[in-house]
Amino acid sequence: MSLLWILLAPVAGSLLPLLAAQRGRLLLTLTALVPPLLALLLLGLTLPDLLAGDMPHVQLSWMPALGLDLALRLDGLGLLFALLILGLGSLIIVYAGYYLHRDEADARFLAYLLLFMGAMLGIVLADNLLLLWLFWELTGLASFLLIGFWSKLSDARRGARMSLVVTSTGGLALLAGILLIGQEVGSLALGDVLSAGDTLRASPHYPLIVALVLLGAFAKSAQFPLHFWLPHAMAAPTPVSAFLHSATMVKAGVFLLARLTPALGDTSLWALSLSLIGLATLLYGAWFALFERDLKGILAFSTISHLGLITLLLGLGSPLAIAAALLHVLNHALFKAALFMSAGIIDHETGTRDLGHLGGLARAMPLTATLTLMAAAAMAGLPPFNGFLSKELLLAATLDSRLFGGLGAAVTLLVGLAALLSVGYSLRLAYGVFFGRHRSDAPLPHDPPRGMLAPGLLLAGLCLLVGLLPMTLAAPLVTLASQAVQGNATPALDLALWHGPSLPLAISLIAVLGGLLAAMRQPQLARLVALFPRRDARWLFEAAVIRLTKASLWLTLKLENGSLQRYLALLLLTAVAMAGLGLSQVERLTGERGVQPLDGMLVLGAALMVFGAIGSALSHRWRLVSLLMLSVVGLSVALTFVRFSAPDLALTQLSVEVVSMILLMLALFFLPQRPPPWVSTRRILRDLLVAGLCGLVVASLNYALLTRESQSIADFFLRESVPGGGGTNVVNVILVDFRGFDTFGEITVLTLAGLATYKLLNRMKLFMPAGNVEGIHWSRHRHPMILAVIAQILLPLALLVSAYIFLRGHNQPGGGFIAGLITAVALLLQYLARGYDWTRQRLPLSYPLVAVSGLAIATATGLASWLFGYPFLTSTFGHFQLPLIGEIELASALLFDLGVYLAVVGATLMILVNLGRVTTVHRPSIEEEN
Amino acid sequence: MEALFAAVVGTLTACGLFLMLRGRTFPVIVGLTLLSYAVNLFLFSMGGLNTHAAPVIGESLSPSDPLPQALVLTAIVIGFAMTAFMVILAIRARSELGNDHVDGKQGDEEPPR
Repeated sequence: MSLLWILLAPVAGSLLPLLAAQRGRLLLTLTALVPPLLALLLLGLTLPDLLAGDMPHVQLSWMPALGLDLALRLDGLGLLFALLILGLGSLIIVYAGYYLHRDEADARFLAYLLLFMGAMLGIVLADNLLLLWLFWELTGLASFLLIGFWSKLSDARRGARMSLVVTSTGGLALLAGILLIGQEVGSLALGDVLSAGDTLRASPHYPLIVALVLLGAFAKSAQFPLHFWLPHAMAAPTPVSAFLHSATMVKAGVFLLARLTPALGDTSLWALSLSLIGLATLLYGAWFALFERDLKGILAFSTISHLGLITLLLGLGSPLAIAAALLHVLNHALFKAALFMSAGIIDHETGTRDLGHLGGLARAMPLTATLTLMAAAAMAGLPPFNGFLSKELLLAATLDSRLFGGLGAAVTLLVGLAALLSVGYSLRLAYGVFFGRHRSDAPLPHDPPRGMLAPGLLLAGLCLLVGLLPMTLAAPLVTLASQAVQGNATPALDLALWHGPSLPLAISLIAVLGGLLAAMRQPQLARLVALFPRRDARWLFEAAVIRLTKASLWLTLKLENGSLQRYLALLLLTAVAMAGLGLSQVERLTGERGVQPLDGMLVLGAALMVFGAIGSALSHRWRLVSLLMLSVVGLSVALTFVRFSAPDLALTQLSVEVVSMILLMLALFFLPQRPPPWVSTRRILRDLLVAGLCGLVVASLNYALLTRESQSIADFFLRESVPGGGGTNVVNVILVDFRGFDTFGEITVLTLAGLATYKLLNRMKLFMPAGNVEGIHWSRHRHPMILAVIAQILLPLALLVSAYIFLRGHNQPGGGFIAGLITAVALLLQYLARGYDWTRQRLPLSYPLVAVSGLAIATATGLASWLFGYPFLTSTFGHFQLPLIGEIELASALLFDLGVYLAVVGATLMILVNLGRVTTVHRPSIEEEN
Repeated sequence: MEALFAAVVGTLTACGLFLMLRGRTFPVIVGLTLLSYAVNLFLFSMGGLNTHAAPVIGESLSPSDPLPQALVLTAIVIGFAMTAFMVILAIRARSELGNDHVDGKQGDEEPPR
């Protein structure tokens, strides 16, 4: 379990600095140091297991369906990287405490840094490829935040964006590769994948998998030609560069390559891709590092070059080469982090990182100079520093390799050239800053506080110690890591500064001399280079981004031109195409069930509906006619329900139809009276075509479904209705009992719609004509006598009917919905006949309150079942003996139905009475005169 | 009978959609109502077209499927609420914008291309 804590310590600990934000720099630094040191301690505690040959391992099920487990492992490779991440991370935190200005949001910075550390640990400890990918992307996000930390600077924003885009595009490729691996192996667990190397190599997808995985790894590890984001990521604060771009983030790519070597390696495709790309990157980075003027720029290109070196070694693939690659991971992290820290110190003390303005600082900053010279010597591969060891191994491995056949000598020569260049740029960096004359008018700087120097000095000291005592300090760790990658093939490392005269040593010697020459002749070389035009890949990248943005903008504008009609037409055409595609798969339109015979009533009903629908469409410019035609259809629909055995639906449809018509009539009053102008015939034809196509598809679909047998769950409801729900009207029992929760949602929507209309009508400017389109004034008789009398007589009867319908609903057609609508219609009739004010005086009800109390009753019924320990909305029923009335059945569902009833009444009246009130209260003046 | 039913549903759909493609709010609302009739009939028909088979226990020997009926019942009521909302929205839009075009723009009937 302690593995989990190693990972959780920095992730959870990323909140710690935020808590300590106001307590001063020292305490903040100390707080931020707690998580990595704790994790280091835990790592140390698991070490005995690892050394004993076990592999500490923890596995928690996360999303088994996706093959994603929270599985962690600690093997030698993970240990090497985890030590680098935590050890360097702690030093960086100390360093950052001195680097950032006092007024900067350092707590946020440290929180990001810890988050990043956790993500990185996740990559190296993950025992599941999908989990590894998850952390991989998390490092991308955290690095985006870190690189863009100085978000006021445009360069920082651009650099952060570019690194995010490049690395996460690579991440997507990697995800595809991982999923393909999972498909081939049948598992995403690392153990399974690593032992399935033969299956993978034999798979037809192998080249694709390798391409995708390499794309991800190369983008992350800044391999040519995906390297261009790294120099621009130097806009980050220097501690970030020292951490991300020396030891951690860019190493994630090479870590992945090493990790997957047992599964994917050992083929010529793998070996050649890695070694050729690695070689190109090695030379490219070294060459351009020689001509950079910016200290961090030199370091960035040098990092690219060294990452290429590691990739090349992994590509060479011999046991010695792989061990050398892992050794160089360690060495590079040590000297490059030290150099970045020194660049940060110089920047901090002098205010510039430009070699053109620096020089002669050795006397002023002796400690910084010592540290930089040591680390630069390691970078140049000079003895007795650690860089020398890995360079010798590289040369030896290249000489041994048979990979390139006849080109072997040429490759060795190129590697030698790279070594020469690295001597050149290291010398240029060290000499340019600390020797020569002081080239700026500013006063001589001095060494920074000891705390800022200490981490760098420690690292530089380690560079020397590893060089002097490689067998004690580096060999055990590297051997462990190498065992994790290549098992028993791990060579017995024999690391030493002096192996006696050998060919690699001779090449090194030449490289050092050549490097000296290159450094001295750098200005001449630079003039030579300046003859060639050089395009920063950043411009290509940004041009591509701009072109992509423009293209998507163009597409968006093509699709979204602001016309809702066009959107609708496009949507409909898409729907028709999709549904049509589905229909075309059907063998015959008529299914196995066949058709039932026709009769005269049906034909008549159908004719009525078609007449109404087409009439309504044709007369759409004359709104009133269109509306009347619509009501023909609505009433016919109610009759259809009657005919096909749905009495509840027929009742509902009928009462809704009445309410809808009143509503639409009211709406007509507010909308323009005059028919709108005729639109072009072309538009009409287009719309007819679209609508006709949709109609055809829907009709075919309906016919196909109607003539086929279907599986239904009706039997359950029919069987359980009486014993389970206590009612014989199955539709009502479903509504208030079986699917009560749905109904609950629906009355909520109803109430919300009512409340929304209530608000929309507030403080509205009204267009109210004083007469119709011919200029005739509205009738003077506001409240016709006959209507008023009849309405008054009808009211008690209608309420009685509605009560009856409500009560019998559980057993006979009826129920809360229908009863609510009938009540609403009865009350509306009073408003129609007598006007708002008259009715309002006699019926002082607040309809929003009615609707909401309905909802409350329904909720309370549902909650009550909790009191008895049942799930929400469990219903119960029983038979009771009442005096005078006799036995009566009461179901708790009846109470729920009462809630439905009130919600329907409240919502319906809320909508209609409000709209109606607007017409009567502010009637235009002609009415007021009477 | 099935063919006739399907034809009616198709016609209602086509007329409803044609109306919804108009540029003024009122025909759109009428079209929406027409379309909701069609959708309700379609959903309802999924329980089969049975005569004398109301899903009330004891009323008929082979009651038809009650589930589509329950769904359609709530759909009718919700459909009304939504229509009401649309109506009020249309009225409000007219009062705010001064016209009843769906894009809130008066003038040319051709949409901008």
